[in-house]
Amino acid sequence: MKRTKLKIERAGVNLLLVLAAALTMFPLAWMLSVSFMAPGEASHFPPPLLPSHPTLANYRELFTHAGIGRYFANSVMLALAATALSLLFNVGAGYAFAKLQFRGRERIFKLLLAALVIPGQVAMLPLFLILKQMGLVNTYFGVLVPAAASIFGIFLVRQYALTIPDALLEAARLDGASEIRIFRSIVLPLLSPILVTLAIFSFLASWNDFMWPLIILNDKELYTLPVALASLAREHVQDNEMMMAGSVLTIFPVLLLFLAMQRYYIKGLLMGSVK
Amino acid sequence: MKTQPAAWLLVSPALLVIGVFFFLPVVAAFFMSLTDFDLYALASLKNLRFVGLANYLELLHTPLFWKALGNTLFFVVAGVPLSIAASLAAALLINSKLAVLKPLFRTAFFAPVVTSMVAVAVIWRYLYHTRYGFINYAFDAIGLAPADWLGDPKLAMPAIIFFAVWKNFGYNMIIFVAGLQSIPAEQYEAAELDGAGSWALFRHITLPALAPTMFMVSILTMAGYFQLFAEPYVMTEGGPLQSTVSVLYLMYEQGFKWWNLGTATAVAFVLFVLMFAVTLLQIRFAGRGLEE
Repeated sequence: MKRTKLKIERAGVNLLLVLAAALTMFPLAWMLSVSFMAPGEASHFPPPLLPSHPTLANYRELFTHAGIGRYFANSVMLALAATALSLLFNVGAGYAFAKLQFRGRERIFKLLLAALVIPGQVAMLPLFLILKQMGLVNTYFGVLVPAAASIFGIFLVRQYALTIPDALLEAARLDGASEIRIFRSIVLPLLSPILVTLAIFSFLASWNDFMWPLIILNDKELYTLPVALASLAREHVQDNEMMMAGSVLTIFPVLLLFLAMQRYYIKGLLMGSVK
Repeated sequence: MKTQPAAWLLVSPALLVIGVFFFLPVVAAFFMSLTDFDLYALASLKNLRFVGLANYLELLHTPLFWKALGNTLFFVVAGVPLSIAASLAAALLINSKLAVLKPLFRTAFFAPVVTSMVAVAVIWRYLYHTRYGFINYAFDAIGLAPADWLGDPKLAMPAIIFFAVWKNFGYNMIIFVAGLQSIPAEQYEAAELDGAGSWALFRHITLPALAPTMFMVSILTMAGYFQLFAEPYVMTEGGPLQSTVSVLYLMYEQGFKWWNLGTATAVAFVLFVLMFAVTLLQIRFAGRGLEE
């Protein structure tokens, strides 16, 4: 009796999981399928599930006429630069907030945490004017500058750096190592897991960012993938197959990055949310 | 406290960037919202005038502002509970002792979170297509009337909410799974010995144990949902009949389409104050509940 009930329950739970996963993955699977359909094939009722003659025509069109190769390269370059800047600025600061003494440390850190409630968009309009004064509107410098140092990034590194034993640092100091030497040869290697996490977060945030690059970039040649895709979507309302191919190119690189680095990403997500 | 010189060397670059490119603009935004900053002021600052609270008062008399506020609140009030319910349901399924292939399902549920909002909005605009969209096809197949999802002012916002829940539920699911795993198994075993059913277990053990997680998740999710922008920008351009204009969409149009920067910063500040007030209310009420 009890065993039959358990069997039914097990079947129920797993059936629900399969259904929910199918529902969740369906939009992405359909995007991939439609991206290989001939132009116009998807504009039928009932909508076809699989391409009758799979073709790369949409991708070819995107690369030859819509210039998506350029946008792809822009996005890759910007995301790599944003990642490098984020590591450069946040890692040292996060470590210092965790392990080094300086005046006002606790007060500054509390101020930073409190500032997390301010939505970033409040700063966008004056930031645009400041960058305009500096002649940095419509440049990659303008895109990158607000992402260089982030409160979240500093917080993430600090939480991890708190676990470094003080005795280790003290021993190195007694041996006469300079603070910079300690940071480079002891702290950085110990922090490496969280550096990977921070790098993935920064890369994804830059790759997926939309509103700020939309505001700061005017020249089409400078567009990132999301900005270019949004502009294409407004022009090509009817070209569903091509738009799906564009979405594939925008989604797959970060999806693959996430799949490869899932462990680090989830760890960061949990650290960042437990305050 | 003695200061180590190396500390400043490591900390000051980040603080400088955050100060100049975040704190300074936020303060500047407040002062800008008290001026009539527009296209003429953009050309020459001589045309800039201090107008006090005029921008805010004018907003109160602008129907589109109220419309945007109402749309955003609808998105938050309907979207956040739905989103959290979906996350919790997925977390319970994944965490069940009976579930198989857990890492695979977890990855599938989480995948939409890492996708680019613009790209998935393009996909969903197509899924919602009146004539060729898959959703109307599915409705047709089970005998329901097809709908003009993104073209009907009554349906456009609910359609965007459903899309947002799909995109976001995986994020909070991960946090809930961690919360569920921290509940000691003995609690469940003891209650089961007392003859408690699965609903009673959920109601009297799982939910109370998850309360702190729920509190934090709802604050973070709400903050995110208040910042609705890319979905209407890509899927509806604020339409039909302005039924999907959000507060940020209004800010973007006022600021970067019409160059009414004074008005736009006032809109941004209203959003900030609103988010702040709602967060405080949550801390007040839920926080008190947690202490008991």
